[in-house]
Parts: sequence; C-alpha cells; structure tokens
Amino acid sequence: MTALWTKLRRDLWQARGQATAIAVVVACAVATSAGSVATARALARSRDLYYARSAMPDLFAEATRVPAAVAGRLAAIPGVAALETRAVGDGRVTWAGGMARVRMISVGPEGGALGRLRLRAGRLPGAGEAAVSESFAAATGLGPGDRISLIANGRQQPVTISAVALSPEYIYAMPPGGLFPDDRRFGLLWMDRPEVEAALDMEGAFDQAVFRLAPGVHPAAVADAVDAVLRPFGGLGAHGRDRLVSHRFLADEMRQLDAMAVVLPGIFLGVAAFLVSVALSRLVASQRMQLGTLRALGYGSAAIGLHYAAYAAAIALAGAALGVGLGHALGAWMSDLYRDFYRFPLLDYRADPGAMAQAAALALGASLLGAAGAVRGAVRLQPAEAMRPPAPATYRPTLLERLAGARALLSLPARMSLRGLARRPLRAALGTLGIASAVAVLVTGAFFDDAVDFMMRLAFQESLRADASVAFSRPVSRAALHELRRLPGVVAAEGSRDEPAVLRRGARSQRVAIGGAEPGARLTAIVGEARRVVPVPDEGLVVSARLAALLGARPGDRVQVELLSGRRASGELPIAATVDDVLGLTATASLDTLRRLARQGDLVTGAQLAVDPAARPSLDGALRNRPAVAAVSWRKDTIQSFRETLARTMLAMATMLVGFAVAIAGGVVYSAVRASFSERSRELATLRVIGFTRVEAWRVLVGEVALQLAAALPLGALLGLGLALLAVRSFESDLFRIPVVVDRSTWLFAVGVTVLATLLASLAALRWIRRLALADALRSGD
Amino acid sequence: MFEARGLEKVYRMGEVDVVALRGVDLDILEGELVVVLGPSGSGKSTLLNVLGGLDAPTAGRVRWRDHDLSRADDRLLTRYRRDHVGFVFQFYNLVPSLTARENVALAAEIARDPMDPAEALALVDLSGRLDHFPSQLSGGEQQRVAIARAVVKRPDVLLCDEPTGALDVATGRLVLSALAGVNRDLGTTALLITHNAAIAAMADRVLHVHDGGIARVVVNQRRAAPEELAW
Repeated sequence: MTALWTKLRRDLWQARGQATAIAVVVACAVATSAGSVATARALARSRDLYYARSAMPDLFAEATRVPAAVAGRLAAIPGVAALETRAVGDGRVTWAGGMARVRMISVGPEGGALGRLRLRAGRLPGAGEAAVSESFAAATGLGPGDRISLIANGRQQPVTISAVALSPEYIYAMPPGGLFPDDRRFGLLWMDRPEVEAALDMEGAFDQAVFRLAPGVHPAAVADAVDAVLRPFGGLGAHGRDRLVSHRFLADEMRQLDAMAVVLPGIFLGVAAFLVSVALSRLVASQRMQLGTLRALGYGSAAIGLHYAAYAAAIALAGAALGVGLGHALGAWMSDLYRDFYRFPLLDYRADPGAMAQAAALALGASLLGAAGAVRGAVRLQPAEAMRPPAPATYRPTLLERLAGARALLSLPARMSLRGLARRPLRAALGTLGIASAVAVLVTGAFFDDAVDFMMRLAFQESLRADASVAFSRPVSRAALHELRRLPGVVAAEGSRDEPAVLRRGARSQRVAIGGAEPGARLTAIVGEARRVVPVPDEGLVVSARLAALLGARPGDRVQVELLSGRRASGELPIAATVDDVLGLTATASLDTLRRLARQGDLVTGAQLAVDPAARPSLDGALRNRPAVAAVSWRKDTIQSFRETLARTMLAMATMLVGFAVAIAGGVVYSAVRASFSERSRELATLRVIGFTRVEAWRVLVGEVALQLAAALPLGALLGLGLALLAVRSFESDLFRIPVVVDRSTWLFAVGVTVLATLLASLAALRWIRRLALADALRSGD
Repeated sequence: MFEARGLEKVYRMGEVDVVALRGVDLDILEGELVVVLGPSGSGKSTLLNVLGGLDAPTAGRVRWRDHDLSRADDRLLTRYRRDHVGFVFQFYNLVPSLTARENVALAAEIARDPMDPAEALALVDLSGRLDHFPSQLSGGEQQRVAIARAVVKRPDVLLCDEPTGALDVATGRLVLSALAGVNRDLGTTALLITHNAAIAAMADRVLHVHDGGIARVVVNQRRAAPEELAW
C-alpha cells in the first residue's frame, strides 16, 4: 500500500493549486465554527464562574420605597434562600473635565451578600467615598483618589473614589433608557448604604431587593409572592435574570455566536463539498488508465476507494488544521473585542479542543460526502473498460440552438460552452450556485456597514434631530423650558417626558419607557424603516412594530398602561399606529396624553435643544451648574459612542466575514476555472495545434466560466438578500433590529470582487495554457 | 520545402537527458508524400513536432520555405501552424461538443483562405455525416473528420502522426486513401509518421529513422495505391 500513498502524495502535490483553494474554503468553515463556538463557550464559562463566585441573584425586584421592616416578609417567602435589600437611584457626577449620569447603588459589608462587588483597584468605600464601575473608570480616566462632585435629588456632595469595581449584575452596563453602552457618560457608583440612603432620602427604606432562590425553585413562582408584598410600595414587578439587561445582552450575544457557528460554516462546507466533488471526479476521469492498471495489478475495490477518499480527506484535514489555528486566533480576537464590552473579572478564553474536533469532523464529513460520487465511480470502473480510452462524451445541440436561426448567431466557442454546460446540468447548476454563494456571503458581510449607516441616519438624523438632550433629575413644570430657551446658544427647546411603564394586553405585558413628545415636535420624530415619519398622535400610543407583536396588539387595539413612577397611575390607551423602527422597543405619546394619564400637572422630564454649535462649551457649563439637570447628551457624542461600541463590534465581525467571503470567492472561481481547464486541456491543445493563439484558446476556456458567472451574479444577489435576512434574524433582539439595507456600493463590491476573482483565476488559466505541452496532450489516448 | 541541418533535440526528464534527435539533416520537396518509418522511441514524433512548430530544436536549424522555425517565437509558430500546417493525430482529438461540420469550421474560421467545411468533408467522403457529433461517428469516420479539419484551410503541408494507429486495416485504408487523395488533388505536401512498414509503399520517399537519426532513405519508383496495402 505504500506505493498508493506515495501516489496520493504526488497527486496532491500536482493539484496543489486546486487543493489549496478547497482547503482555504474548508479552513474558513472550520475557523468560523470553532472560533464562534469557543468564544460562546468562553463567555458562558466566564459568566457562570463569575455568577457562582459572586452569588449572582436569581430574582430582582424594584419598588418606589419600601420600609426596611418589610424585608422580613420577603425573606420568609417560600423558596427564598437569601435576600439583600438596597437603595438604588440615579444622579449625576461632575469632575474637572466631565459630567456623567450615574446610578448609585448601596453596597453591603464586604461588597454585599448577593451580586458581590469585585474590586479591581482600591478598597471598599467608606463615608464620603464611592467605588466606580471599571468601564466608566476606563472611559473617563477616573480612579482611586480622584474627587468628584455628586448631585442627587438636587443636592450636591463631594465624593472621593476609593475603588474601581465590577458587578455581575452589570457585566454590560446600559444607561437608563439608553440603547447602547455609553461608558464616558454613564457609570455605576457603589457607596455605603447610609450615604445612598441620605442622598436619595431613603433612610430606613429600600427600593431594590435581590434574591437568591433555593435550588430547583422557579423564579416565576416566587415573583408572584414578591409582587404581592411589594405592590403597596410601588413594586415594579419582580423578574428573573432573563429580564436583566446585562444578562439578556450576554445571552443574545451567545445566541448570535451559536447561530454564526452553524449558518456560515454550513454554507462554506456545502461549497467545499461541491469543490471536492468536481476536483475528484476530474481526477478519477483523468486517471482511468492508471485505475485500470491498478485493477490489473490486483488492487481491490476497498484499496482504490480508500485511495480516492483519502485524497478528499487529506484536503479536508489540511483545511481543518489551518482552520483550527485560524479559529483559535479568531476566537481570541472576538474575545478581545468582548472584553471592552462585557466586564468580567476574567474572560476565560482558551483553545477549545472539543469545538475544534467537532468543526474538523464536520469538515471531513462534508468533504467525504462531496467525494462519494467520484469514489463510487472509481470503484465501479471495470479494469478492461478502464484500459480503453473513454468513448467521446455524448453531446447534442442545446434547446437554445434549436430555436430557429439561433444557432447561426452563436460562435463555435459559444456553442462549445453552452453544450458543455447543458451536458451536465446538475454540475453546471452547482457550479453556478458555488459562485453565487460567494456573491451572497460577500453581500452578507458587506451589508452590515450599510445597515449600521442606515440605523444611524434613522436614529440620529431623522428621529433625533436635537443637538442636545437634557434630562432633569426630577419632573419639572413645562414652564422650565422658557428658562432653557434663554440660555446662550439655545435656538429652540422642546419638552419631553420619559415614563417607565408596563403595557399589558390580556396575559401579555412588557416594560417600556413611554416617550412623551409635543405634537408637531421638530427636534424629535418617530421614523420607521421606510423613513416614513409618523406624527405624534393626539390620542393613544405609537409603538414599535416589535412591541405591538410582543403584546399581540394591532393599531386600534387598546392596551392597559401602568405608569411606574409617582402615583403609579394607570389607564387604557389605544395603539394609534405602529412603526418599524430599528433601535429598542419604543412607545410614544403626546405630552397631553401622558398628562391626562398621570393625572398630574404639565410636567416634563427632559428637553430637546437645538443649539448653535459655537455655543456648545458655554452652554455645557451653564447646564452643568443647574442642579435640576441630571444629564446632557450631545448628539455628536452619542453618534461617536454608538460608532465606538455597537457599530465597532458589528463592523469588526462583518469585516471578518468579508475576509472569508473574499477567500471563498477566490476558492470557488479558481476551482471552477481549474476544473474546466483540466477537463478541456485536450481540447485546448487541439485548438492551439490548429492555430488558435493562446488568447483565442483562453477565450474558449473562460466562456463556460463566464456563462456561469453571469448566471451566478443575479442568483447570488438574491441569495445574499436571503442570507442577510437570516443573519439579521439571528442578531435581532428587543434592543435593536438591524434592517436589511444594501447600498448600491455593496452590490458593486460583491459583484466586483467575484468578477475580479474570476478574472484573476482566468488569467492564471492563460499561464496554464502557455505551459500546455501540445504534442503530449494530443498523442496520449488518456 | 523543409530544410533541416544538424537538428538536435534533448529532453531533460528529471535528472536524465534523453536525446530524441541527434544531428538530423533533411530536405522535403513541395508536393511530396513522405513516410517516416521507425520503431517507437526512434525520434520520429519529435521530428514531426519540430517540423510542425509544436516544439523547438535544442540545436541545429530548420527552415520552412523562407521561415526559420528554429528561431521563431510562440506567436510566429502559432501563425505558421494556423496558416500553413494541417495536423492529424492517432487519437483524433475532435472537440466532442461540436458536430463534424463544426469541428471542421473551427479550423476554417481562423484560416485565411479556407474551403467550405462541407466541401472538406466531401473530400473525405463524409457528406452524409455533417451534423453528427463525434460520439455518433466510428473511429474511421472521426479520423476522416480530423483530416477534413486539417485540409479545410488548404494547408501547404499535412503532418500525420500514426493516423491509422487506432484503426483496423479496412478503415485504415480508407483514411490513407483520403490522405493520398488530398496530396494528389490539392498538391499538399504530406509527411506521414508510422511504425507500420506496410504503409511505406504509398510514399514517394521513405525515411527510416533509428535512434534519433535518419538511417536511410528509400525512394519508391512507384507509389502504391492505399487500397493495395495490407498489414
């Protein structure tokens, strides 16, 4: 058998170009699969370890103000194993050079019993001190020893930073009402309980309770009992980890990674299997004589079958080896990206032999599947038959040529190409599909850029038109807007109102923040994906289409609305319209509608400002000096921070995908041209001998590939749209929805890369034609 | 027509040099039918390759009319093959996806003054098989299509490498008579390579090739008709 292995080695070496092209496609599949699985596992492992070590709560409940004595009743609920109560509230901090919103959280002795703080630097805060979240510290440069000024409830107090810390409840920290992390302008501030109580007027009370449940107890069962206890105190509805933003974001990320580990490698391996099938059938066809000789020498079916299967396996394993290495690097790279996003004490990424082995096994399986047909052919070939040159393949005029007069219009090379494709329609179709899949993957990788651009245009140009948004630390009278309008640089000011609320319809409910806007507002607008502006209704709500679907509601249906702040007023509102917006689950009502619902004076919680750009620095200072102002966010900063966070990871992944797509496009077209060349080298030699120049012979060769390319481009565009849709479905969450928007430049890019790859592979064919040993090709009967 | 002097061809096969031609001197006249006879490995195919512009000699000089083939580049050799040479091989090398007429048209379309493909096929007695694909033709028919494809451009020289090698005797005679007909009727110089000594009788001259050189030259006083040959 040694001789056969030697033959295998030399066959592979001879076909190294094509083998490499296939191996690269396999490597892309293995890398994506192994890389994403390993990363998802690293995230899960790091999260689980962190949750376990920090006693992550199972259940969370917020209320307006609960007397400390009620804690005993909560702890007595069956199924509750441990309880911690906290005082939590929002405020803002300023320091030399900055201002940010903060969430103050009381911290128990030794970092708390549940959801324990982990210190990265410094020591637990004492009187007049606070620990800040690591992401905030990293973004602002603040650290232990720095002094900041805290403003809460309209009062200002100096605070010294004592520590930089992490919490398992805020692995991913989003500002309240925000849609993505904004570490420079939002941070967490852990302080001693009495400090927070004093700042929030919460002495002898708490407004958050977190629970650890006894093993096997379902959070939903306990939640109802907790809600019953907290209802009189403004309980907002207890919920499990699944509704904790940090947990949910992380879970979504892992789900996306899992989807990525299946969908993309599936496509890549399908392409690889096809390429193996083409390459191997060509090899078997060209080795008929050798096969006959081997048979005559006494090699059995098993040995011959194994020989060709090993050819496919060798390519798959080489690709897998490359892919495993690439996948490890890819996983490490993705984990690095995540480190900025998800704050674990340790993101434990390591090589994952299980994921690697699984991906390699899949690659091997796909490759062998692709080889099956050719191997069967080799095994079935009878020795006597194999020793004769093959009978000329049977061709017939194609349907197209049989149309009256059509044949005369087709050149001889065109007829050769058409008949070649028509003789083996399945293979032609698969080849076309292979090139089309390259186009599709290119579109899928590249459209993210367009989608993010589109989201940003929609969110920050068409919806949010204000230069600056001001959030007040407590609801203020609408008259306060007059004051803002008088500030230097303010061109216009419109009131807005954010009301945390629960929407209910039948058994379904959803927590949202209802945005109140002035009818005819010019600084904010409700804009859907089709860039249609939905006016603020006089009566009722405009909600995200996704929110309506979650509630099972349609325009005209009425929903129960319970406001979660103040007196917790409730009432019924109709759904006036739905809007297919892209960021978050939104609900918008007119300020008057909210006023009627809340049965409260004409209040606003924020303001949207149009500002003369030159006046920004002075206006910033003026706003900062107003205790009623909790936060100011500038649109410019928001856009930048969006680019730095969501957009950056998403685009990094997309760039990687584009890299793979380019490799696959190259692999597919190279293989297609190479197979076509091997199959027709005899024909090409004939043409050359007759007197065709190299370029004339080359044109005959590329005709077939060009026809497939022409068919593949529109098909690939369609597949690309489908694949993009599939990709965004797997990325979709309550927090954002990526629209399938493909700009013309992306179409051009996908088509351009594929055509260019085909052109380059075709140019390589010109070199193969030059090297064609004319006389030898024609004399052999093989 | 051809004039070769001191023609040498050495192939480097891995680490061994194989001498295929060693110092061949040769003259072929216009309109002649020459048979090159020799056992396999004697260098006859190499000689045909060099004369046909498929290969360049390692040393020596070969002229066709006033062209120096030994110094020509690929472009000139392609031009030479295209305009002046018709090839016929043992394995017919038809394009399987083209009909008989289309295979012949392939050569006609790039020639300067071709005949009608149907006319060329009539010369080899295939008028009835114009629209058949190679898979629908017998071996002899396929070879005659190959001859028609070689002559359709009205070549100055026809180079045939074992044209009957894959055929039975009766079919071989048909093919040879087609070749002889072209030589006779169109005046095309023909060079016919074979290891089959019986074929030598139809030639004007027979070159016996042995071990890379021309061992002897026999001039036939009378050319036998292909129908008379037997092997």
